Amino acid sequence: MTQTILTVDDSRTMRDMLKMALVEAGYNVLQAVDGVDGLDVLQTSAPPDVIVTDINMPKMDGFGLIEAVRKDSRYRKVPILVLTTESDAAKKMRAKEAGATGWIVKPFEPTKLIAAIRRVAA
Amino acid sequence: MAEIRQTFFQECEEQLSEMELGLLAMDEGNADSETVNAVFRAVHSIKGGAGAFKLTELVQFAHSFETALDHVRSGKLTPTPEMMKIMLRAADVLSDLVEASRDGREINEANYAGIAADVKALTTVDGVEEVEEPIDFQPTVIDFGMPELAIEPAPTASDEHEYRINFAPRPELYANANETILIFRELNRLGAMQATCDASAVPALDEIDPNGAYFSWAVQLKSDVEIAAVREVFEFVDGEADLTIETDGQAEVSDADIAALLAQALGTSPPADEANASPAIAETISVEAEPEPVAATSEAVAEEPVAPVQAVESSKPDTKAAAIPTQTTIRVEFDRVDRLINLVGELVINQAMLSQRVIEANFAGSSSVVIGLEELEQLTREIQESVMAIRAQPVKPLFQRMSRMVREVADATGKEVKLKTEGEATEVDKTVVERLAEPLTHMIRNAVDHGIESPEVRLAAGKPAEGTVRLTAAHRSGRIVIELSDDGAGINRPKVRASAINKGLIPADMQLSDSDIDNLLFLPGFSTAATISSISGRGVGMDVVKRSIQALGGRISISSRPGLGSTFSMSLPLTLAVLDGMAVSVAGQTLVVPLTAIVETLKPKKSEVHGLGSDGRVMSIRDTFVPLIDVGTQLGFRETPTQPENSVALLVETGGGARNALLVDSIQDQRQVVIKSLEANYGTVAGIAAATILGDGRVALILDVDALVSKSFEETLVGELHYGTGG
Repeated sequence: MTQTILTVDDSRTMRDMLKMALVEAGYNVLQAVDGVDGLDVLQTSAPPDVIVTDINMPKMDGFGLIEAVRKDSRYRKVPILVLTTESDAAKKMRAKEAGATGWIVKPFEPTKLIAAIRRVAA
Repeated sequence: MAEIRQTFFQECEEQLSEMELGLLAMDEGNADSETVNAVFRAVHSIKGGAGAFKLTELVQFAHSFETALDHVRSGKLTPTPEMMKIMLRAADVLSDLVEASRDGREINEANYAGIAADVKALTTVDGVEEVEEPIDFQPTVIDFGMPELAIEPAPTASDEHEYRINFAPRPELYANANETILIFRELNRLGAMQATCDASAVPALDEIDPNGAYFSWAVQLKSDVEIAAVREVFEFVDGEADLTIETDGQAEVSDADIAALLAQALGTSPPADEANASPAIAETISVEAEPEPVAATSEAVAEEPVAPVQAVESSKPDTKAAAIPTQTTIRVEFDRVDRLINLVGELVINQAMLSQRVIEANFAGSSSVVIGLEELEQLTREIQESVMAIRAQPVKPLFQRMSRMVREVADATGKEVKLKTEGEATEVDKTVVERLAEPLTHMIRNAVDHGIESPEVRLAAGKPAEGTVRLTAAHRSGRIVIELSDDGAGINRPKVRASAINKGLIPADMQLSDSDIDNLLFLPGFSTAATISSISGRGVGMDVVKRSIQALGGRISISSRPGLGSTFSMSLPLTLAVLDGMAVSVAGQTLVVPLTAIVETLKPKKSEVHGLGSDGRVMSIRDTFVPLIDVGTQLGFRETPTQPENSVALLVETGGGARNALLVDSIQDQRQVVIKSLEANYGTVAGIAAATILGDGRVALILDVDALVSKSFEETLVGELHYGTGG
């Protein structure tokens, strides 16, 4: 069955790049532009198999989104990967505390992205 | 990929603009935390995208800039005016780098090395740069100066390794949606694997916490991959499980251990739990036989840089931004819009022709044809306005560029100048915005270079050391009015006058009012600076500025008060495509005079017209005299001046408020005309702004009133000058 990935990023460039890589690998892609939009998309679609989210976003950042998703019993078990620009330990730890499953380091190689998703997607 | 690249640069533009706006707000001192966040995000996004396209210089610069902004964001740095100056300059450099990257130009790091160093220095404490996270694709050799970490080249092991992995997940692992089974699935990809479950920790049924973690696993893995690859499988569950990986009889050092050791070496303390987890190892660390121990270590370092500051970032959803509704937009190429505008222009002309035909056919005013035509006219006008609105753009980006100009010129001249802008949201045709850039740039340069005094002079004059240049835009009666004012010294009128006399632009004994003197600045060949400075004197004078503004159908005027500053005021049409005009007849030709220029129309009496000088004429209107310009002779339609009593005078106001009367044969009517460029189809004609196609299909010229008046003014001046020297 085709798996669905929700990507949440305020940068159009990043959204496009994620989509290109994911579609190429055969995933369905849902997109949102920030945390608030991400939650909206979750409300209106079937739960995605994996959520990939940026951290720095307006309105609601990645941490906020992760916390909100983890609080909701419907999405508690959805793996969430955060996009970080550097191997920023503080940010990773903070994301982990919020409930992130793993991370993807930007700029990402499509193969790395797919591998990370494969690693967490049931 | 090329498309995404284009998207990236488009997005960069938006982010740069956002960044600049935020920085200016910070500079003004009225930035809230969200503004700082937005600036940080903008730079961060640019860096992220740039990384994807391997724009190394851009990434590196954005990285230092971002680090500085992050410090401001987290409160480690409090912005000072000096710091904001550096930040604004850094923003300029970032814009340049984006532009250079976009155009594929070579980047010379020497050009911005100074600013890059300044930005880096912002986050430098006591001369020591804070530990920065290495950028992933730019691996740098990090010398941690730890002699006790003796790394021996590893003896080459056989290809097949046997790993023994003890893995005991903690509840957090499952809470974060990691799964043991998925980890094992990954391990299974690496080689033959066998897992044994230890369920001894499972409590009695009634004591089971559904969110608890009770199983632990012993895994045997035979694989030819290196230990780093095995560790990578557990990357995401680091800290969420007790994990040991042994191979070939040796325990592998975990990341946490290295982090602890590094922390110790650097004199900082690691997170408490990690320190407790491996105190013994921290004492006596040795990295064992691994083919690439150095790589493994530095990778581990990169993964877990010792960041003593666990920046607590605010994750509060920002309510302010949430209140702003997102506007849905589509991107359309300008070519398509221009094509649409052209078509609508043709539609307007066509509709005018149809009206003419209907009038010629003598339909009754109440006939359904006439009524239908009126409706068509109204619809056409609405369509036209809507299409024009598509091309309309706020002047904000233009104004933002000017703030950079002010900074650069102020720096170059050693002055302190602040640009204040108002009405950035005012919209005007895209072409107007674009073509305004050059004249505005020149005027801004002038304002800072010639207008604003040096700080010492200002202080001596009792003014604040920092000068203010104000740039405002507003819509006023169907036009956009842009004003540029400074609080400098104002125009030095005696000097201007002397300079004009020196250059032979005016006779020495000519009587001039203050406003006449101010307007001398617009004369071709005029430049007040005794020595042409590299800033303002680039071979472009105010006359060129005036001509560019006029070419846009605009007017420019100047007012100045000694010691208090000068104001340049520009009034421009909102669109370049249509014009409300008055159709007049001159020597059998139909001409169109822009309605905005006309103040009133008069029927002159013979007694009201008086001769002046050699061939000049003035007309007395109420109690003032106004120069009378014969359009027919001025444009060369006829040799001899027409008789005023047989003509109509159009009282026109030019930029600067000067009034003149244009003499034409008769008025036809008032109409909206579609502007067709004369330059593009024929060439520039002095006194003519453009052409249009009339309802009957004939071409009519549109008068450039300002140019016509100044042409006549110059000719009169020249005439006077010859007269003066001759006498």
